[in-house]
Amino acid sequence: MSEIIVVTSGKGGVGKTTTTANIGMGLAMLDKKVALLDADIGLRNLDVVMGLENRIVYDIVDVIEGNCKLKQALIKDKRNQNLYLLPAAQTKDKDAIAPQQMKDLCEKLKEEFDYVLVDCPAGIEQGFKNAIAGAQHAIVVTTPEVSAVRDADRIIGLLEANGLKDPKLVLNRLRIDMVSRGDMMAIEDVTEILAIDIVGVVPDDETVITSTNHGEPAVLDQSSKAGRAFSDISKRIAGQEVPFMDLESKENILSRLKKIFK
Amino acid sequence: MDLLRLLSKKENSKTVAKERLKLVLITDRINCSEAMLEALREDIIGVISKYMEIDTEGFDVQITPSADDSRGSPVLYANIPIKNMKR
Repeated sequence: MSEIIVVTSGKGGVGKTTTTANIGMGLAMLDKKVALLDADIGLRNLDVVMGLENRIVYDIVDVIEGNCKLKQALIKDKRNQNLYLLPAAQTKDKDAIAPQQMKDLCEKLKEEFDYVLVDCPAGIEQGFKNAIAGAQHAIVVTTPEVSAVRDADRIIGLLEANGLKDPKLVLNRLRIDMVSRGDMMAIEDVTEILAIDIVGVVPDDETVITSTNHGEPAVLDQSSKAGRAFSDISKRIAGQEVPFMDLESKENILSRLKKIFK
Repeated sequence: MDLLRLLSKKENSKTVAKERLKLVLITDRINCSEAMLEALREDIIGVISKYMEIDTEGFDVQITPSADDSRGSPVLYANIPIKNMKR
């Protein structure tokens, strides 16, 4: 049984593309065949986050317009043979594809892959509508900030209105130190407000930036906190029971110690 | 910093964030404009006035969060003071 999952957020800059890249790689590491589909036409980025920007010959619009075969446009990942990327077009705009074409494309990918992850553009306009058209499941990425949570709430409403019931939440860039000071909403605060199931929490981690600088998803580095968090999320998506990392208590001891020595 | 906060009894910024979010999401979720609420108010007055005389000054219509404080439906709350029953 293959699944088509859209990764969305409403607000830009919360980590949709990073999450897509890392969950995709994480699932591929679990021996699942995965296709990543960049639906952010005109602002393509999944290629550069994956470090595959130099291998692009054809893109999603070429496939839809029939300029090439689907197989020709799919870029094989250089690290994991289970992982493929279908890049967005950079010179076209969002109107270059229609929801029905996206749906057909997802159905075609479904025949070959266990998971198809669609990286959705920010916003709620045409690009969003295209990205969700073929999806059966949705992952909503947010950060513990008022703007991101508000937009996530709007997106959850829109997903449900479009038949994508029961979306799952990824809470990204959680700063444990700020949470323990009471200066950032905690996991429970966000899940209480949004009232959806959470599939994972990714602590704020510099590794995400440094590894992305190299075009390497952080999940490849299991010694990093974010890498482990993304690996856990991938396992949960694949149906494994993985306990949530005990982020707060470890940090609490540390921060308490720090306070004593201040 | 922590000590200062303790002394000033200032609210945690996360509590502020959460409260503000909850309030803004009520109106976001219902997607109901002031104009629509006003039209609703006029219509309710019209209907009720057929049966009783009401105090239109004290009349209050608002949308409040659901009692269980989750994603459940919000509640339309109307407070309509009655002056006299019509015979």
